[in-house]
Amino acid sequence: MTQHPLISVKNLNVHIDGHHILKDININIPDKSVTSIIGPSGCGKTTLLKTFNRLLDDTANVSVTGSVLVDDEDIYAPHAEVTHIRQKMGLLSQRPYPLPMSIFDNVAYGPRIHGIRKKSELEAIVEKQLKDTGLWEEVKDRLHSPAAKLSIGQQQRLCLARGLAVEPEIILGDESTSALDPVSTHKIEDLFVRLKEKYTIVLVTHILRQARRISDYIIFVYMGEIIEFGPTDEVLLNPKEELTRQYVKGFIS
Amino acid sequence: MLVLAIASMSFVLLIGIGLYWRASPLFETHSLWSLFSGSEWSPASGKFGFYPFIMGTLWVTFIAVVVALPLCLLTAIYLTEYAKSSVRKVILPLVNILAGIPPVIYGVWGIFFVVPIVREYVGPAFTEYSSGYTVLTGGVVLAVMIFPILVSIVSEVLRTIPKELKDASLSLGATKWETIKKVVLKRALPGVFAATVLAISRAFGETVAVLMVCGNVPLAPGSVFDGGYPLPALIANNFGEMMSIPLYDAALMFAALLLFVIIFLFNWGSRIILNRIEHKYSS
Repeated sequence: MTQHPLISVKNLNVHIDGHHILKDININIPDKSVTSIIGPSGCGKTTLLKTFNRLLDDTANVSVTGSVLVDDEDIYAPHAEVTHIRQKMGLLSQRPYPLPMSIFDNVAYGPRIHGIRKKSELEAIVEKQLKDTGLWEEVKDRLHSPAAKLSIGQQQRLCLARGLAVEPEIILGDESTSALDPVSTHKIEDLFVRLKEKYTIVLVTHILRQARRISDYIIFVYMGEIIEFGPTDEVLLNPKEELTRQYVKGFIS
Repeated sequence: MLVLAIASMSFVLLIGIGLYWRASPLFETHSLWSLFSGSEWSPASGKFGFYPFIMGTLWVTFIAVVVALPLCLLTAIYLTEYAKSSVRKVILPLVNILAGIPPVIYGVWGIFFVVPIVREYVGPAFTEYSSGYTVLTGGVVLAVMIFPILVSIVSEVLRTIPKELKDASLSLGATKWETIKKVVLKRALPGVFAATVLAISRAFGETVAVLMVCGNVPLAPGSVFDGGYPLPALIANNFGEMMSIPLYDAALMFAALLLFVIIFLFNWGSRIILNRIEHKYSS
């Protein structure tokens, strides 16, 4: 790795309801690039992603040991402040979940939570983020209508704009395009590629073609363990491990 | 099944018509306006003013909702968002048992527990004298009675809110409480509103427990420490003796008709408002 790692995971173990979901995870995720986590369903991809912004905290019967360093700060340290950690990461979930309010308020939600009150300032943030996600032209005339009225693809871009509005360093995507049509998927993928100049992007995906199209690095997870990690072409075209080779060829799913 | 549906609908219509028919002798001698606005109630001299009873009903119901709604919201939020599942499994059934207790027991509880508190402590703190048998007492007893239905419906509504929606708010750096306040409650608004409507409908009609504690004074209440006389209590208290006085039975039927119309209008109005809220935040 030539880049400085932004997320650094050390000896991470996660148990949920007594099941060992993630086993001894050690990984450094490079800064300003797209890293895809691939692997069969139920292998722990999403759990791994959720440990990065501590969204597992609210799940019952979870124990997490080991450490996750973001900017050299252990987010599982006892004194770590959860809201501050989460602010550093934008999350884009499987299906878009617009908040029950207007388009404008959706994007302004995060900044308002973090204390921005001035209307002009909020307007500037909303406009900028909607432009960055290519939504501005489509919605500028109806900023105050409910977000739920947008199409699914637009909603997902709105969710991305909402996440970017709190100025995160990292974008986490949990199969963010799986509910979208091909055109919307393409738009989101394009956005990820453009955004990696400014952000570190970690995606969970089960679509290998997508991983190949947009990611710089690939993590292959199988049964809660990291089997292989490396640059996209190396992992997909020339895997070192037998398991990875079988998965890439479609023998394991 | 269509026949059944039509039958149940015509039943409502028949009750309305029947009540109107039995109340109609009253309209021959009294104008509708004098019945609504008159505040004198002395059947023996032929004076039937319903204003005190309408106000009594509204006061008691209003107080019940004002007392119960915030408490129910907080209870439901605690149970669905904060309580461990073991706590929730014990408390929710207990709350539902509350719903099954007969109203007369709430009435007795009101007389021996709420009335003395209002008379000895709450009343003297705000006013010179209060008998304890007040619309406030009636409202509090009623609040306890509508508590279970509100808590269980609101909890159910809160539980249907997708975790991902909460996660979306949390992942933007909002605290749990901010998320509940700004996202969960907002999303739950139509449901909470519907639950309140149901609770109010029940509160309008509640008879025994309220008539036991709210004084039954045929005067419009001027403050929460005055007694009141809600419509259902009027009907229940006087039904036995109505035959001896002319027009008394018609007047009681009119009281029933009034109650019927109030509940009908209320449900109708709230349906319109509910549609509007749902339309605004549908997703």
